Amino acid sequence: MFRRVLSVLAAALLSMTTIAAVARAEINDAALLAARPAKLLSEYGLFSDYANQMPAEGVVPYALITPLFTDYAHKFRFVYVPKGEHATYDAKEVMNFPVGSVLVKTFAYPADFRAPEKDIRIIETRLLIRQEKGWNAWAYVYDEELKDAVLKVAGKTLPVEWTDEAGNARSTNYVVPNKNQCKGCHTYNKEFSPIGPKARNLNMDYKYPAGSENQLAHWSRVGVLEGAPAPADAPRVPDFLDASAPVDARARAYLDVNCAHCHRLEGPASTSGLFLTWDEANKTQWGYKKRPVAAGRGSGGLDYDIMPGKPDQSILVYRLQSLDPGVMMPEVGRTMVHEEGIALLKEWIASIE
Amino acid sequence: MMKNTVKAFLAVIFAVVATPLALAQSVIEIEPGEGVQEALQEALIMAEPGSVIELKAGRYEFTGGLSLDVENITLRGAGMNETVLSFAGQTSGSEGLLITAGGARVEALAVEDTPGDGIKAKGVDIVTFKDVRVEWTRGPNAENGAYGLYPVESKNVLIDGCVVKGASDAGIYVGQSQQIIVRNSRAELNVAGIEIENSYFADVYNNVATHNTGGILVFDLPNLPQMGGHSVKVYNNKVVANDTPNFAPPGNIVATVPMGTGIMVMANREVEIFDNELSDNASTNILLVAYPREYNDPTYNPLPRAIYVHGNKHGKAGFAPDQAVKDIIEPRTGTPVPHIVWDGAVDGIWAAFFGPDDENAIYISEPEGTTFANLQFVKDMILPWGASVDTDIEDYAGELPSRAAVTLPQEK
Repeated sequence: MFRRVLSVLAAALLSMTTIAAVARAEINDAALLAARPAKLLSEYGLFSDYANQMPAEGVVPYALITPLFTDYAHKFRFVYVPKGEHATYDAKEVMNFPVGSVLVKTFAYPADFRAPEKDIRIIETRLLIRQEKGWNAWAYVYDEELKDAVLKVAGKTLPVEWTDEAGNARSTNYVVPNKNQCKGCHTYNKEFSPIGPKARNLNMDYKYPAGSENQLAHWSRVGVLEGAPAPADAPRVPDFLDASAPVDARARAYLDVNCAHCHRLEGPASTSGLFLTWDEANKTQWGYKKRPVAAGRGSGGLDYDIMPGKPDQSILVYRLQSLDPGVMMPEVGRTMVHEEGIALLKEWIASIE
Repeated sequence: MMKNTVKAFLAVIFAVVATPLALAQSVIEIEPGEGVQEALQEALIMAEPGSVIELKAGRYEFTGGLSLDVENITLRGAGMNETVLSFAGQTSGSEGLLITAGGARVEALAVEDTPGDGIKAKGVDIVTFKDVRVEWTRGPNAENGAYGLYPVESKNVLIDGCVVKGASDAGIYVGQSQQIIVRNSRAELNVAGIEIENSYFADVYNNVATHNTGGILVFDLPNLPQMGGHSVKVYNNKVVANDTPNFAPPGNIVATVPMGTGIMVMANREVEIFDNELSDNASTNILLVAYPREYNDPTYNPLPRAIYVHGNKHGKAGFAPDQAVKDIIEPRTGTPVPHIVWDGAVDGIWAAFFGPDDENAIYISEPEGTTFANLQFVKDMILPWGASVDTDIEDYAGELPSRAAVTLPQEK
């Protein structure tokens, strides 16, 4: 579904190259490196067309195999690395991006998810900028004409509505995070850090305008990345919705991308002792019969994070199903229940002995 | 709405006044009213390090959590009953205020009715809470947030003159931290009044813990990044009438705390409990126990070791025991349950018969008339005919050296 949106977008890109040539944007490296954020997204020159999310030259679109759930928002992701520079490959953690790099993520809701290429409401674009002193995050909220987006430091709440794949009317109060909330998840050893672009979550084909290509191979070929092995030798998580993959791997991939940025020794939820990274091998640490520590009423009266064979007696499921701010997980970025994620985790926990 | 916000923010900017001192400290003033959520959050993000954010007297309503990530910021109200931050309408955020930057000071304000925790400070060096009130105004309720004041994985923690009421876990909870002072504070109507968990070097003194389920807890739990809690002094506290039925959600360790527990030590080493006033605690005044649940962490020590209890003033206790004190202890000791109870869980057969090594022993030197029981659980399990409770307090006489007081950089 998500990839279909991207391929449609890619097609749109191709058909609009002539217009893009006219409106061609120059990336403003100085603005990216400035201590103060730009007031308008356009000052960075990352897009040639905001309404159609067409990136400027040198800005590469990408997708994650299993993405973070954010209230069913569709996301358009892009990476920019300054000319002549490269990110260096890391097999386990996020790639090491050079100063001046940007990770761009736009959040959008098609009016009807059954026709995701039409009538897309673009909400915000978040930038993670690698500056001299480390990463910095800013959110830009679009104006109604989608001509530009304005910096929002303290965040914002916006009502959104759409029709889901099953034809049901859905709505929520979408939350644009403030800078601190960004850092709430984007923290690694107390430093601001990206989450998504890890080898294992990039290692798949992407439909670029010029044709389909593995993302690690593409990034290497266009100079965004250096030091990457052949895709076959790089790690890879399954798509959490891919029913042909083992349920254990799908669930761990889901927890890895949705939870492990906090729930790891180096993350903001280290205090809980619940560590949900893809490769966490200690059973107690990933929740198997692990007791809560400071969950308070987040425990829901249950004894264990994961009660083997009993999803409904597992705190993990309870907290992912909740919308109560004193109970729900993740703490930010979600105002709705991710039904498909819950279904997978229940299936997984039911299968654990 | 957006215009209002901009206006509010501009008002904040124009309110910045430099003090006449050479070391200019900027003060950002905030008033209650519409748009205060964004105005205050924006101030918390844009403030220069070292700034003071002043919250004028009044009632502030928030719908989302606030967060502070700028170093050396003071957030100051006009008094714990004058400046009230209400989170009754909060729909997002796991706490009222989250602090992730060091040198923070929160002073003279109240945080009320957060769905989650009140004020959390995570991973910071130097944090001070002075004259802060955190309260769930409907009283004890399982739907209240877990912790009132909640510094965790932090260093140099000062909690002074604070009041916390109604937390469904611990009113004042310091977890996985070190160099801690909790003093002159009042914890009332919480499940645990004050809890020091998996922490090193904590001085807890001159506090009042009353009408909680348990007054003051010193715990250590397994499977956590910081374990081996030690060096905790609990003294000059008034721990009386902790008589609120346990309302913690099951699953949490504090849900096992019996109603009417005065001071409870679980695991931990080098804990000194002295000169406290303890009375009207219906289960027992002082409870020293091992971590009671199964665990699979080879680096964890579940026993209380090197505990020194002396000079406490004991009033009536143990008259209506609850939970494990009722089910396991009362059948062995009868009623009233003694003022001080140790489960006698020790490491190994030798210790079961002859007591732990001197440096790991439990020492009790209390005033005449104080009652005591060692339940001798391990010995009881080893001997086929069991072991009876040892109530001879004289056998436990002795002392351990008293550690030097904790000193904090924010007090220098």
